[in-house]
Amino acid sequence: MIDPFGSLVAPFVEFGFMRRALAGCLALSVSAPPVGVFLTLRRMSLMSDAMSHAILPGAAVGFLVAGLSLPAMTLGGLVAGLAVALLAGAVTRATTVREDANLAAFYLISLAAGVLLVSLRGSQIDLMHFLFGSVLALDDAALWLLGGISTLTLVALAVIYRPLVMECVDPLFLRTVSRSGGPVHLAFLALVVINLVGGFQALGTLLAVGLMLLPAVAARFWARDLGRLIPVSMLIAALSSVSGLSLSYQFDLPSGPAIVLAAGALYLASMLAGPRGGLLRRLVRPRHLEA
Amino acid sequence: MSAGPHGPDPIRLVGLTLGYDRHPAIHHLDGTVRAGDLLALVGPNGAGKSTLLKGMVGEIPCLDGRIERSGAIAYMPQADEIDRSFPLSVLDLAGMGRWRRAGAWRSLTRHRDSIGVALATVGLDGFEERPIGTLSGGQFRRALFARLILQDCPVILLDEPFTGIDARTVEDLLALIRTWHEEGRTVVAALHDLAQVRAHFPATLLLAREPIAWGPTTRVLTAENLARARNLSEAWDEGAPVCAGPRVSGARAHDHGAHGHHHHEDAA
Repeated sequence: MIDPFGSLVAPFVEFGFMRRALAGCLALSVSAPPVGVFLTLRRMSLMSDAMSHAILPGAAVGFLVAGLSLPAMTLGGLVAGLAVALLAGAVTRATTVREDANLAAFYLISLAAGVLLVSLRGSQIDLMHFLFGSVLALDDAALWLLGGISTLTLVALAVIYRPLVMECVDPLFLRTVSRSGGPVHLAFLALVVINLVGGFQALGTLLAVGLMLLPAVAARFWARDLGRLIPVSMLIAALSSVSGLSLSYQFDLPSGPAIVLAAGALYLASMLAGPRGGLLRRLVRPRHLEA
Repeated sequence: MSAGPHGPDPIRLVGLTLGYDRHPAIHHLDGTVRAGDLLALVGPNGAGKSTLLKGMVGEIPCLDGRIERSGAIAYMPQADEIDRSFPLSVLDLAGMGRWRRAGAWRSLTRHRDSIGVALATVGLDGFEERPIGTLSGGQFRRALFARLILQDCPVILLDEPFTGIDARTVEDLLALIRTWHEEGRTVVAALHDLAQVRAHFPATLLLAREPIAWGPTTRVLTAENLARARNLSEAWDEGAPVCAGPRVSGARAHDHGAHGHHHHEDAA
């Protein structure tokens, strides 16, 4: 390792599959983190984790029907994820049990069904592919899918931005001035699901959450308002993708975990050094102001 | 339907029962909020004040009877119903009062001046870029009042607007409410401070799940009425029998003998 910059860039210059992996991860890096920012602000961080488990049986059904086919597994994952989100939402409105409890119930059912389905036909390797993805084997269809998801997410967030913010801060106020609250909430849940399905192609169902939440949480240590939180989270996700992929190539590590660990390292660094409530900042406190 | 000096009645309650899980929090309430009223909602905790205001904005469905509304209603919830940790600036929070005009997409730049004026009116000029999480309780309340100003609605409902607020802020905000009253707007506020109600609110509805009295404040807030309000039980009775009073459904108006009527004695 004489030339760190060269070793960072070289694998992407030399190998097509690395470039494809990078393109896919960067597409995911601009769409998943903003969704994660809203999730953390709504204190729904763990909801995305539940959703990622809920996607599994759908993808498994797609796999059972069509083998390792991208469209079938994607469609299956989308259907299962949306079904769990909508069912949990509907049961919450119809009963007095809170949404997080319902979501937990439905995703656990869904996860167990998924593992059962995969093990009915697949081998251990298939299960590993499901859980941990295969970013180094992204084909054209997968890249188009990731690009499409990324575009759709950014356009949709731009369209629902204002009502979504109001729905987080003061949902009651939004209901008194507009009927958009319900549809916006559903649209947001749908964005969570499609981003997890996209991430599941590259990183697997379990790690897709990593690229959604870790950059979003890390950004909280750098920025205070939404206008900065979102770009900062995208930047952190992109950095994680590049460094994770590069490290996984250098040291022959599985790429999905390497990317998420890179994001985790950036989170820890932010927690220590970030100007907004970072630990170091708290230890070396400048004297308080006069007013 | 009667029409006051300021136009048609903004809110009419007909045999209204509101509640949760079949248990009424407001039981068989009849009456009219007239245009230009400055009405205080008074009653012990659990009397149904918040429930009534939520019913008026359509937030909770009627168990029985109905609410007739005409025109836009602005509503300010209790402060703890708003997530103040969200990274939103005072400007954005107050600016959302322009929702009916700016909607979900149109720029707020055109409304920048009116937002500035509203913030200055409540004494928050210079606070535009402050995140709402850094405001004190009183400042946050002022920001919510700025949003109400920007909503520019003929009817304004306030749920305990002065809870936990210092005397100076209360004074400023009461002055603002008086201005609204002089402009002919209808204001309904749930309040606990009886001295405040007597001093500033010409009309009062005294609630204790059942309506106790509704009319001019001096005639409603009598020792006898207040004692009756205190004595009505606050607890839910899980084994409460099904209400035997006649139903009021849909558009059918009817007379409700068993529980008595609580109309205005006169307009305030």
